[in-house]
Amino acid sequence: MSDIADRVKKIVIEHLGVDAEKVTDNASFIDDLGADSLDTVELVMAFEEEFGVEIPDDAAETILTVGDAVKFLEKNAG
Amino acid sequence: MFNLEGKAALVTGATGGIGEAIARALHAQGATVALSGTRAEKLEALANDLGERVFVTPANLSDREAVDALVPAAEAAMGKLDILVNNAGITRDNIFMRMKDEEWEQVLEVNLTSNFRICRAAIKGMMKRRAGRIIGITSVVGVTGNPGQVNYAAAKAGMIGMYKSLAREVASRNITVNTIAPGFIETAMTDALNEKQKESILVSVPAGRLGTAAEIASASVYLASDEAAYITGQTIHVNGGMAMI
Repeated sequence: MSDIADRVKKIVIEHLGVDAEKVTDNASFIDDLGADSLDTVELVMAFEEEFGVEIPDDAAETILTVGDAVKFLEKNAG
Repeated sequence: MFNLEGKAALVTGATGGIGEAIARALHAQGATVALSGTRAEKLEALANDLGERVFVTPANLSDREAVDALVPAAEAAMGKLDILVNNAGITRDNIFMRMKDEEWEQVLEVNLTSNFRICRAAIKGMMKRRAGRIIGITSVVGVTGNPGQVNYAAAKAGMIGMYKSLAREVASRNITVNTIAPGFIETAMTDALNEKQKESILVSVPAGRLGTAAEIASASVYLASDEAAYITGQTIHVNGGMAMI
């Protein structure tokens, strides 16, 4: 598991208060992890802060699962 | 009670009678205040008068770029934004049958669209900090209607609906979103009325007098305070009883 994936999962676990084993690559924030639409906005803001990147709205709308976030950040962070 | 020390506030339309009173009142309760308006010299004069904990961030709210730059400028100056007071507004009165597209559009742009854009810019930081106060100055006419003001009344009613919806979205993040609806208030605008006009207005006000800008400012201090944490999506009517809703 990449360092980015670890950091993403840590943020998701903390923010949504879910068990670590539920936070798999395929887990959907809303359908599997109980996030509401406001939570997803806050997760994106938390990713922006953690990785020092700007995630534009049109990109943010495509980040639906943990894996989506990891993929986006592996491509765009650092 | 109502201590605002350590809080950072942005007030739009701070050169107007009500905006200035709100800025003074928030400042008097200890808040750091960013003053916005179109007339920079007037803002500077108010800032000099207030002394410490004051910044000047002018903006013309009919210019969308200036609107979008306002909250970032205020956050850069103060380090954060806890309290947003959207007070700025314009009138372009005309009877409905004579109302021009430009009169309609200008009032909607400045009084409603800029309001939306400023709130959108401010909400991000408030979400992160899980705290915030958004206060919009609407008007009694947004609820009761007023002949000659279809544009103004539409914009002010629009604000109320927008603020209620936003209030529902962000309530779980400890952000409250409320409006204050002044009735007839002593300002430069009402000073222009003659005695006869004033008398005919006062017939509809049970309190028998015009309100003062300071009385609007008091309501804003309350809504901005920690004590008002459980009030959201509301409109506080400050109108001497002229409309009881």
